[in-house]
Parts: sequence; C-alpha cells; structure tokens
Amino acid sequence: MVNKSPKRKKIGALSIKNVTKIYDPSGVNVKAVDDCSMEIAGGEVCMIVGPSGCGKTTLLNAIAGFHSITEGSIHLDGELLCGPTKPKAEQSAERMVVFQHGALFPWKTLQENVAYGPTVQRVLSKNEAMDKAGQMLAEAGLGQFVKKYPGEVSSGMARRAEIVRALINNPKVLLLDEPYRAMDALTKQIMHESLLETYDRTGVTIFFITHDLEEAIFLGDKVHVVTTRPCQLKKTVEVKIPRPRSYATQSSEGFRKLLEEVNDAVHEEAVKAFQAGEREMA
Amino acid sequence: MSAVGNFLKNTTTRRGVGAIVCFVIIWHIGAMIDDWTGVDVLGIGLVPPPGDVFAAFLGVIPKVGYWMSWVSSFSRVLAGFLVAMIIGIPFGLLLAVNRYFRGVFFPPFEILRPIPPLAWVPASLIFWPTNEMSIAFVTFLGAFFTIVINVLGGARSIDISYLRAAQSMGASQMDLFWKIVLPGTLPSIFTGAAVGMGITWEVVLAAEMISGGGTQGGGGLGFFIWNSYMGGSLEQIVVGMISIGIAGYICSSTIRKIGYFFMPWRRLF
Repeated sequence: MVNKSPKRKKIGALSIKNVTKIYDPSGVNVKAVDDCSMEIAGGEVCMIVGPSGCGKTTLLNAIAGFHSITEGSIHLDGELLCGPTKPKAEQSAERMVVFQHGALFPWKTLQENVAYGPTVQRVLSKNEAMDKAGQMLAEAGLGQFVKKYPGEVSSGMARRAEIVRALINNPKVLLLDEPYRAMDALTKQIMHESLLETYDRTGVTIFFITHDLEEAIFLGDKVHVVTTRPCQLKKTVEVKIPRPRSYATQSSEGFRKLLEEVNDAVHEEAVKAFQAGEREMA
Repeated sequence: MSAVGNFLKNTTTRRGVGAIVCFVIIWHIGAMIDDWTGVDVLGIGLVPPPGDVFAAFLGVIPKVGYWMSWVSSFSRVLAGFLVAMIIGIPFGLLLAVNRYFRGVFFPPFEILRPIPPLAWVPASLIFWPTNEMSIAFVTFLGAFFTIVINVLGGARSIDISYLRAAQSMGASQMDLFWKIVLPGTLPSIFTGAAVGMGITWEVVLAAEMISGGGTQGGGGLGFFIWNSYMGGSLEQIVVGMISIGIAGYICSSTIRKIGYFFMPWRRLF
C-alpha cells in the first residue's frame, strides 16, 4: 500500500458488478458465478481464494475475454469490457493472462516468446522487440537463458519468463491463474520474491487466483474469499502489511491473525464444497 | 581401425551392432539346426543361412537389374509419398481450422479412410491407363490418409492456452496459423510422415507383386522378390527382403533428420 505513486494507482481499476455466468451445454445449466461483485483499485494486488472448481477461473476468463458472461458487467478504468450489450470482452494486451499450466510457446526460445507480443502488434520491429525482450529477461534474472527453449529451463524460470512475456505488452492488469500451483515451497518463495519485485517496479494491477492462503496474504493488498460454486464474494480481508515485504513478515503476529481470519472463511466453503461433491457422487 | 573404434565408442551404436550380430547368429543356428541334428524344426531348416544370403547379395550387387529395382521402388515411394504430403498437410490443416471445410470433407474422408490401400489395386489397375500410374496412385493413398489424420489430430490438440495467449498478445488469424498452429502441428506432421512412409513401402511392394511390375528392371523390389520366388531362389528372396528393410531404414532416418532440422526445440529429448 505504500511506495506507490498516485499516478500508478489510477491505471487498471477493475470493477466487477453483479456478474453471473451460467454454463449451459446441452441444458445442464451449471451456475458457475452468481451475482458476484468486486472492486479492484488500480495498482492493487488482489488475491482470489476459494475452493477448487468454484468458478474463480470462470471469472478470470470473463475478464480476459475468453468466455462470455450471462449477466452483470465488468469495467476496466471505467470502460465497459463486457456487459448486457456485449456478453464477451475482446481479448487484448491490456489484460494479460499467465496460465495455470504455463503457455510459453515450446517452439520459441524465451527471448522469441517475450518478443512475440510487440512483434505481432507491430509496435516494434522484430529486432527491436528481440532487444527489448533480451533486456527485460535480463532484468528478471534470466539473462543467461534467453536462447533456451521453454523445455530446457525449470518450471520456475519458465513461469518468470511468462510473466515477462506478459509485461512487455504494458498490460493494465495481470491475470494469474494459480501460476505457482505445482511448485515446491522453496521455488515458490523465489517466485514470490520475484513477483513482488516486479510489482514494486511496475505497479501493475494483479488479479491472482490461488489456493495457497499464505501466498494470498503474503502477496496481496486484499484477499477476496469466494464461496463454493456458484462463485460469490464471501469476505474481503485487507492486508495492511507494509511493502516491501519479506519472508520475515510471515512469522509476525499480524500475519498469523490474518491467516486465521482467511482460513476460517475458506474452511467453511471448503467443507461445503466437499459435501456438495459427496452429494454429486451419491 | 580407429574409425571403427570411434564408431563403437557410442553405447547406442554398440548395442545396435551387438543386437544385429546376435540376430545373425540366431538366424544361422536356426537355419543349420536341421543339418546339425537331423531334426526338421517346423520347416525352418529351409531358411537359407546368413552366409548363403550374403553370397547371393554379393552376386546381385554388380547386376544393373537389382539396382534398377531399387530405383523404381524408391521413385514410386517418393512420388506417392511427396504427393501425399503436398496434398495431405494443407488438407489436414484445413480440416482442423475450418469448421465448414470439416463439415463437408470429413465424412467422405472417414468413409474412404478405412478402405485398405491394397483394396484399391484392382480398381486403380482398371481406372488408370498405365500400371505405373496405378501403383503411384495406390502408394499415394497409403500415405495420404495417415498423414491427414495425424495432421488433423495434431492441429486439433494444440493447447488452447497457446491460442489464447497469442490472441491476447494481438496475433491476427494469419499470425495464429503460421506462428502457432503450424509449429504446434509440426511434431504430428513428422509422426504422420514417418508412419505414412512405412505404409508407402508396404503398399509399393504389394502393388509391384500384384501388378507384375511391368517391363525389364522396372519391376521394383517387390517384383524382385516375386521373381526370385518364381525362380525358386530362396537366397534372393531374403536378399530382396533385407534390401527393403535397408530402404525403409534410409527413408525413416531421413525423415527423422529433417524433423530434427525443422524442430530445434525437440532436440532436447
């Protein structure tokens, strides 16, 4: 919440109002998101926490423009992304997604991957894009690996490169869908530090889906706990731990308290989700 | 000697050479078991021992007819295979990316696909004016269906995240096709090519045997085997078989080399 200039704060404000999404393949009528509202200020790190399969990704897909919404509206900086007149947002480089399983193109080197956006948008020539990509990868500590293919680097490095690939497009919002899910605790720590460092540098708005409560509190300005399907906002927890944060804060009293608070809210939903799952199986 | 030494230093090569040597030894034992023990084990005593086959091999090597068989089989395989690639790759990609095209062409394709290429031989012998064209056509069919089905499957199974990421970054439809769909399909294209090449050899050989191959030297390796059978030369039959094995190996390793060149990101595996 500190160390941010007011200029940064203005860009990338997301306003999600009464969004409902009903999947209706062959009349099954699954309500994934139900009347969900959320305000995310520009330059905020917003963490979404909720049980598996609750519709968090559906929300992210709606913001990114991968899926339509059934009701409600989403605005970015006051501009309509999707709403009653326009059920599906357009895909755009102002909202970049970092995917759950990683989506670096395996047939391009890290540098070519990062240079892809500016090249296809024709804002930079191929050479300029490659130069800038190399520079940005170096800033992210991947300078030695620019010529490597994604299959040649560790998952942590690939994920960092993917975030660089998103950032080169100067997005207003970074949408992350459990990007560190399958990583071990140590790699995760490094990922967190690197993301926080990136955030402090760019001040980009971050919409981050996770299951990991400690991760949510450590990274976030706000933690939005959502209910089990259909997804609704259950509780918002403000994290008033000053930035820059370090791992020492995780053992502080304040951190533990917040963790407890979030945990209570999530646990209730997790139990509901589990019971619902049992009912479905029965 | 040091060249051989270097060649054998590689573990993989050593295993390969060792396996072939073992195979030849077992073959020799199998072929000679009748002579040694007087017991005819399931007729395998009739199999010519490797030494005789090797002698027959040396016998045909100076003959022009034998090499002409190679040339004609190879050119048939290449012609059928290349045409199948040239038509099959764009056809498969179109099936994958265009819903309307798929709606129109996929059903007839799927009805024709299960028909074995050899079942086309009689019809194409009647339909095409020359033997050569019927063989080429049947060869083409053998590779075509395999290539198309691989390209289609490969293009359809590209991770949707790649397409979404590219689109979010501002890729046009053309960018998507050339930079995402095509490279994403390349591995399947090469799998299809390798399998298709194998089928092409099968089909060429069978077609050559059935059609009688035609005039002098133009019969191909299939006819070479058939001719040896008619002439009662067991050794030459085996020589023909081994020739086909070598020819197939040359083709598939060439495809692998080309794939290696076009897919640098796959070299790590």
